[in-house]
Amino acid sequence: MTTTTAAEKKIIAVTIDGTPVGVPEGSTILDAAQKAGARIPTLCHHPSLAPIGSCRVCLVSVAGVDRPATACNTQALAGMAITTRSEGLFNLRREVIKMILAHHPLNCTPCPLNGDCRLQDMAYEYDLTTFDFSEYLLKTVEFPWKAFSTPILDYHPRRCILCGRCVKVCAEIRGLGAITMNGAGAHTVVEPVMADRESQSRCISCGECMRICPVNAIEERMGSAKGKPWETTKTQTTCTYCGVGCQLDLNVVGGRVVGVTTRDDVGVNRGRLCSKGRFGYTFIHSPDRLSRPLVRNAAGELEETTWTTALTLVAREFRRIRDNHGPQALAALSSARCTNEENYLFQRLARQVFGTNNVDHCARL
Amino acid sequence: MTNSIAEIEDADVILITGTNTTENHPIIAHSIKRAVERGTAKLIVVDPRRIDLVDQANYWLRQRPGTDIAWLNGLLHWIVKKNLHDKNFIEERCEGFAELAAELENYPPERVEEITGIPAAEIRAAAELIGRADRASFLYAMGITQHITGTDNVKAIANLAMVTGNVGRWGTGVNPLRGQNNVQGACDMGALPNVLPGYAPVADPEARKTFAAAWGADKLPDTPGLTATEIMPAAHEGKVRGLYILGENPVISDANAGHAEEALRKLDFLVVEDIFLTETARLAHVVLPGASWAEKDGTFTNTERRVQLVRAAIEPVGNSFPDWRIIQRLAQLMGVRFDYSSPEQIFNEIRRVVPSYAGISYARIEREGGLQWPCPNIDHPGTPFLHAGGFKRGKGLLTPVKHLPPAEQPDAEYPLVLTTGRVQYHYHTGSMTRRCRSLNTLAPEAILEMNPADATGIGIADGDRVAVFSRRGSITTRAGITERVPPGVVFTSFHFSESPVNRLTNDALDPIAKIPELKVCAVRVEKT
Repeated sequence: MTTTTAAEKKIIAVTIDGTPVGVPEGSTILDAAQKAGARIPTLCHHPSLAPIGSCRVCLVSVAGVDRPATACNTQALAGMAITTRSEGLFNLRREVIKMILAHHPLNCTPCPLNGDCRLQDMAYEYDLTTFDFSEYLLKTVEFPWKAFSTPILDYHPRRCILCGRCVKVCAEIRGLGAITMNGAGAHTVVEPVMADRESQSRCISCGECMRICPVNAIEERMGSAKGKPWETTKTQTTCTYCGVGCQLDLNVVGGRVVGVTTRDDVGVNRGRLCSKGRFGYTFIHSPDRLSRPLVRNAAGELEETTWTTALTLVAREFRRIRDNHGPQALAALSSARCTNEENYLFQRLARQVFGTNNVDHCARL
Repeated sequence: MTNSIAEIEDADVILITGTNTTENHPIIAHSIKRAVERGTAKLIVVDPRRIDLVDQANYWLRQRPGTDIAWLNGLLHWIVKKNLHDKNFIEERCEGFAELAAELENYPPERVEEITGIPAAEIRAAAELIGRADRASFLYAMGITQHITGTDNVKAIANLAMVTGNVGRWGTGVNPLRGQNNVQGACDMGALPNVLPGYAPVADPEARKTFAAAWGADKLPDTPGLTATEIMPAAHEGKVRGLYILGENPVISDANAGHAEEALRKLDFLVVEDIFLTETARLAHVVLPGASWAEKDGTFTNTERRVQLVRAAIEPVGNSFPDWRIIQRLAQLMGVRFDYSSPEQIFNEIRRVVPSYAGISYARIEREGGLQWPCPNIDHPGTPFLHAGGFKRGKGLLTPVKHLPPAEQPDAEYPLVLTTGRVQYHYHTGSMTRRCRSLNTLAPEAILEMNPADATGIGIADGDRVAVFSRRGSITTRAGITERVPPGVVFTSFHFSESPVNRLTNDALDPIAKIPELKVCAVRVEKT
């Protein structure tokens, strides 16, 4: 017997807003709707995580079932007739979103997600403004600042919509379980898991919780600068640290790298990064960066000079050593930090121009 | 790696040794963890330190530092004894089994226990687990290679993989986890003293002819040059007088770094090209500002031989330039016309002279998300795992290897073994990560891990400042008292210039790979 693979799974037929669609057995209503091209709002759902079903904005109705169902964690069954759009559903979803926004402040201006935020989009789509909450006469819960699981991240309880993605990603993807939800009702917050007061957080500061948060409730504390989505350009590149070669996007605003993001389905890392990949970018604009060539002066100190002066001196000295002492008196140490193209040129320089095979790099260290 | 990162999760048994994967390759560590938690893979960790993955391991074999050949031979001894070796694979794909089997006779589990400290019963159990696995993957890193027996250590792993038939199939393999973003690529590109790009030996006249023609050179040097670890002594002796260092920091990273610094000071002329004024750049006659990775285009080749694009996100900072432009200009000033207009043009030349890169183009990488060499033509899909039908040399050579103790043993004066590695928040000599506020907040200083059994006797408490001495130098650092290291062994990382641990390490070399024995030296620790 061979085991059943996804490809061999039985296909079942359902209808989405009257349109028939076939999906593999075990699919959720959300999967079926996406296949049928129907748009269902989601907040807690994330393709890399098991369904959470906490936010309830994905409510749909199923013919013959008297209560609405959450599409993200309800299995599609053969013959199901599913409605994703109706006035009743609109009103239901609007109430759900309203409850979320009663807690989450709608002062979007200071939030870096402003303009690229699902919750903001939903508030717009479902026609919600701050005036809609006055009827509840809610007293805002104020949260004192508390340290999160790592000193490099800040958690904003007011922004948090308690969708549970961060807790899930830490447990499911990272296998750590460093954060959890504590408290009840409006006082619920995400907090580090501590065995006791003295014990250290299990957090490894990978920032996976920050990546997966839909509302920017977890934020880089020591980031270098700010930028709104519409002024941010994202350039996909390969991480500069270890040999795994994770793919990441350098976020650039006004010629400066201001952050690192990932795409869920790209590269060997599939959206994941470690602390170095995610937070190890601020050296790029360090004031210590060398910006001009340096040459040792008569006093023995390094002083700034022009490229022409520096390179002419280098060429002259290397040529002098080669001519007076032979090519074996020269050597070149290349770098595993540099690109293939640069390593190729560098060894060509050593072999063809210096005339020596004294070329190596830091592979042994 | 002979195999790919994605395959690790499909192995039945994963053996990791000399790699603290959680700290050094966190993304691969997740894959390992996930495979174990899903219940599809059994994990064997062989490491003197109680690294994090020990929590997931079915077996943790805690060897004494520098005894790897003994336990590797011991595993094979028991596999052969229990008749669990892959006779078909050995018969069809390997040679030298009789010689290897004869040597393995010398490594019964009890003797291995004496040498390594690993209980014989654990050797037997781990051996049987590997022997019975359909797919076993062997992962290692510098903890295996940075020994005077580094080459033989790797051969012992290769023996284990071949004798159990775990080569040339999905989910198996001899898988070194490479620690630097493009160390694979730098090797592929011939930044090595004995080979041209694509591993063509410099001594091969045909290869030299090919490259001379491609470069318009009259001739190319035909004798292998000096390795990095030989260049420093040669500089010390005045044989090497001029040195061009690109993006390296040997004053912090070289074994016996004090000696390396002396050597650099003796040079007639030292050029350092870097993005920061590193400890090494401070010694230079000329410092050239290179552009950082965020500022340049090109390719890196990762640990699984996957060639991927690096794309400039911003303009070079200040008046810095990408290294390829600087190298090209220098060649021109020295009278050789390097004439490239872009990294892609350089890469297209590489494709013409390195057959395993021939089918890889920037356009394909863009489209297909990275390609694994060998990729000999434009229609080739790339190669996730090597040695599928056969080995490059024909039959896989099984080489008998013998246990040899480390070059330096603890004694009355230097009673502890020092071993080194990285922490996950920093990278190598820290020139980049120490300048990232987040990362430096997480790990602001070096910690010397020390077992309570060693610390209490000499009055050292957790958090105390300590001085560490070896025959080559001394450093000060902070003690962290922990059972993570066994009694008799201390550990620290080499990221911190305030506690430059490589002032202590031993520059004794493996005779073949010329790799220094960074992972074992004898030290004494005192409270300051």
